[in-house]
Amino acid sequence: MAVTKTEPINGSTTKSSAPPLPSMPLKSDLLSILSLKSLRLKTKQQELLIRVSILCLVYVLAFITRLFSVLRYESMIHEFDPYFNYRTTLFLTQKGFYEFWNWFDSESWYPLGRIIGGTLYPGLMVTAAMMYWGLRFLRFAVHIREVCVLTAPFFASNTTLVAYFFGKEIWDTGAGLVAAVLIAICPGYISRSVAGSYDNEGVAIFALLLTFYLFVKAVNTGSLAWGLASAFGYFYMVSAWGGYVFIINLIPLYVLALLITGRYSMRLYVAYNCMYVLGMLLAMQIRFVGFQHVQSGEHMAAMGVFFLMQVFYFLDWVKHLLNDKKLFEAFLRITVTCAVGVGAIALGVGTASGYISPWSGRFYSLLDPTYAKDHIPIIASVSEHQPTAWSSFMFDFHILLFLFPAGLYFCFKRLSDATIFIVMYGLTSMYFAGVMVRLILVATPAVCLISAIAVSATIKNLTMLLRTKSKVSQTGSTKGTGGGKTSSKAMLDQSQPFQRNGAIALLFGAFYLLSRYAIHCTWVTSEAYSSPSIVLAARGAHGNRVIFDDYREAYYWLRQNTPPDAKVMSWWDYGYQITAMGNRTVIVDNNTWNNTHIATVGRAMSSYEDEAYEIMRSLDVDYVLVVFGGVTGYSSDDINKFLWMVRIGGGVFPVIKEPDYLVNGEYRVDKGAAPKMLNCLMYKLSYYRFGELMTEYGKPPGYDRARGVEIGNKDIKLEHLEEAFTTSNWIVRIYKVKPPNNRW
Amino acid sequence: MGRNYFTILTVLSVTLLPILSLSFSTDSPNRSSPLSPPRRLLADDPKLALQRYGQYLYDGLILFSPSIERFGGALDLADVLDFVDSGHDLIIAADSSSSDLIKSVATECGVDFDEDPSALVIDHKSYAVAETEGDHTLIAADDFIESDVLLGKKKIEAPVLFKGIAHSLNAANTLVLKVLSASPLAYSANPNSKLSSPPSLTGSSISLVSVVQARNNARIMITGSLDMFSNRFLRSSVQKAGSSRKYDKSGNEQFVTELSKWVFHVRGHLKAVNLRHNKAGETDEPAMYRIKDDLVFSVEIYEWSGKSWEPYVANDVQVQLYMMSPYVLKTLSNDKKGLYHTSFKVPDVYGVFQFKVEYHRLGYTSLSLFKQIPVRPFRHNEYERFITAAFPYYGASFTMMAGFFLFSFVYLYHK
Repeated sequence: MAVTKTEPINGSTTKSSAPPLPSMPLKSDLLSILSLKSLRLKTKQQELLIRVSILCLVYVLAFITRLFSVLRYESMIHEFDPYFNYRTTLFLTQKGFYEFWNWFDSESWYPLGRIIGGTLYPGLMVTAAMMYWGLRFLRFAVHIREVCVLTAPFFASNTTLVAYFFGKEIWDTGAGLVAAVLIAICPGYISRSVAGSYDNEGVAIFALLLTFYLFVKAVNTGSLAWGLASAFGYFYMVSAWGGYVFIINLIPLYVLALLITGRYSMRLYVAYNCMYVLGMLLAMQIRFVGFQHVQSGEHMAAMGVFFLMQVFYFLDWVKHLLNDKKLFEAFLRITVTCAVGVGAIALGVGTASGYISPWSGRFYSLLDPTYAKDHIPIIASVSEHQPTAWSSFMFDFHILLFLFPAGLYFCFKRLSDATIFIVMYGLTSMYFAGVMVRLILVATPAVCLISAIAVSATIKNLTMLLRTKSKVSQTGSTKGTGGGKTSSKAMLDQSQPFQRNGAIALLFGAFYLLSRYAIHCTWVTSEAYSSPSIVLAARGAHGNRVIFDDYREAYYWLRQNTPPDAKVMSWWDYGYQITAMGNRTVIVDNNTWNNTHIATVGRAMSSYEDEAYEIMRSLDVDYVLVVFGGVTGYSSDDINKFLWMVRIGGGVFPVIKEPDYLVNGEYRVDKGAAPKMLNCLMYKLSYYRFGELMTEYGKPPGYDRARGVEIGNKDIKLEHLEEAFTTSNWIVRIYKVKPPNNRW
Repeated sequence: MGRNYFTILTVLSVTLLPILSLSFSTDSPNRSSPLSPPRRLLADDPKLALQRYGQYLYDGLILFSPSIERFGGALDLADVLDFVDSGHDLIIAADSSSSDLIKSVATECGVDFDEDPSALVIDHKSYAVAETEGDHTLIAADDFIESDVLLGKKKIEAPVLFKGIAHSLNAANTLVLKVLSASPLAYSANPNSKLSSPPSLTGSSISLVSVVQARNNARIMITGSLDMFSNRFLRSSVQKAGSSRKYDKSGNEQFVTELSKWVFHVRGHLKAVNLRHNKAGETDEPAMYRIKDDLVFSVEIYEWSGKSWEPYVANDVQVQLYMMSPYVLKTLSNDKKGLYHTSFKVPDVYGVFQFKVEYHRLGYTSLSLFKQIPVRPFRHNEYERFITAAFPYYGASFTMMAGFFLFSFVYLYHK
């Protein structure tokens, strides 16, 4: 404890600070000597101490700022995908790894089933299970749910450490510290890593940053060991998230950029080859990825660059052997032409023969933002796949948005292999963040790092200014500063009269901005990103908090009141939750692997009841679940998602046509709605008996509060379905599919 | 309570007709205890009720009260239909005085009586020869459905006397069958007035007696002639017009007796039990199969003979392994003792399959058996460990290892 008493804040007081009285009573002399010794810290040690304590604080901060949701609601899993992850983790801890690996789940995608073991990224589940087993081994009797809830905050804390080391690697320790602080509370990252958000991204961002850090370290040192470490980091990333494709494309792009700018070096050769070959071999061990590294178009860039590196190395060697420059140039031309030609032919043959699969839709939609909208409605239908609005950039990055270009400026001013990397990472990920909302997450670490460079460099320059002034005016006492880069700044122009005041003002400005950033981050985390979305909260008329726990009410109803082998049809959003909480078989779920199956459900929802009945019979559907927000004003309900059902259904079954549901291109549910809209299954199920209900004072019965209109069809009769359960706020409605008429 | 006995409620019209006595001697297939005597109640009996305390008191209901407008007690149309929908049997007889109530019961069961209340079935060709040349509304019908299950093994020789109203089958109903149809020259019209417009129902689209076997195997018989069941008709002699042969006794007794045996599940009742499947060479039923497993499937089917369960022998029972469409469709072979079995290989497709036996034969109880069974793909250690095609790769890796070792050795120790 004595060590933490850190009086020397300034660094200059150490020598001058009076030590405790040397003549202490003998009984505690040992202690006094100890504290005496510890107080006589060297500047380096003090700095280390400060750094470590800052990092510890940041580590804790990153964890606790993500706990709003646990405090506000309860320790619960959020949203949709995390429920699947939770269910699989539970299975993993109960049945063991091999059962998990070979798990064929017959409860989802009825009747097709899903090979869970082969179609997921197991990194997250294995991580959580390891932590669970570890805690159990240490005799901490935790529940697996608690582990799952806290996995993301824990990894966010770890990410801050990686950010520190990364910042240190590309700039200096100051930048590292600032990066750690910035990333600890950056809303862009918090949005995916609050407690309860048990999703792949939670650990994947850690893995992503770790891989990049280790790779940059390997490039900087040329060490095989760091290369190996980055290969393992890559392996962890591949096991955790599909976003690894970003790594396997960014790193080759980076290497290519270095090659083009003439920064080829042996360090780069060692780092890339080691990382690529080992990383690829390791990644192949993940069942879901399999042979994609050699067979899929998305991974071909890495392979091409790998071969290019060998050509470079070979050329280097030939250059070394040949002294004739002319001869070498001829040789170079021939070799490069041949290499490119062979590569192109190999790629062409591979693609033509189908050995190399073409790019996937998601990949295309990244490169061409309009692609998904035109071709793959199922990707376009997901809200987190929408192009990003300016406001969400501001919301997620706040001042980092302005610091980012400044940081880029500093990076360009001091170009090195490492800064080139962070620049490329920042620019590409910013582009992707603009294409898809969810990729803001990938951009966040880069933005934080680059902004940290800006902040750190600016503040350092400003303080340097102040210090040199004081140095001149005060005694010439030697003092160590953080980076030890004072010598380069010695020739600062000291003739400016207002420089000192300006620096002070700027410093205050910077601190003001940073404190605004901290306030903004906390506010965003608390208000926007800590809602579990499975439990909805609203403000009542008297300012009190109203909780709508309808989802869980419905899922528990399913669990308690339906036969164990009942099949539930719903739009795919709710599939994971139904299987995880309701423990019932679903037709489609959030793993949107089979477009036709989803389209079938979309078709059923957008058909007339009798046609839908045939479809439901063919899928053995027992219950239909719809989400309806007309009573509570909950806007992300099935009626608002309905056009996507029509589009996705119509994409496979052309009998479903979007214009049939629109009136003059307008989507309405009131009296002026299209006749097909008023009689399709989704409309009927959502608004069944709603016409009798008075939702708002002063409005006619059947007033839909989510859309603010009086519904058009109040007299809904169901022929083949019957209402089985409606939750207390009507958010979830469950219908039972009747057996066919007995006498007909 | 009444459920222990096979009970029939006969609801009679006020004009008490003598009714047929059904000759059941032992228990019926789905009922375990001996038959209790049928209860006869008047249709407007105020105590008329089909169920008490949520339990049905009867297993069969005969409505011989065509003209009743409202049943006594609390019984109404919905109750009668619920009675059928919970698996019980029903016989309805209508005649020219039929009420809307009876007609709507029939409509709900898939037959539509002629809307003209005064119309009767008239046939100028195959009428029954009587002492007086009448209006040809007494018909000698012999256009039976060809089914031993419905009408018994013994062929009905004599025509059946029929005097009543016509009905037609609702085209939307797939379950209703014509058991006795009118001749092609019959039509439905008021015999006492001149035909002003073509009759709405003509020819063999007119059904005289129809049956329905509902999806829950409840059986319903509907006829437009109450007289068909009368002693007068049962005992009457019959001669069809244009035919020289005169029968001493009409076919009515045999026809209605046999058909009501069918209606009350004495005949044509199948049961399927012990649906079993297991991997070849094992006996336990697995919870899940693997693709390409060999499996054995068996089911036992018995037929109720009126006294006991006898093995049902047929060569057209099929099993499907079904997932949205049948992947395997195999005819089951039987051992003449009721056991049907087959063996086949699970297809190379994973998913949630169903064993499906869909056996629908005219007159027989329809058997629809499902058993859900998931089929999983290979586990990671169920693939072949060493494959011939990979030998070059094995060779490559081992030579690489050896080469590396040798190279290191040479490099380290060679001067």
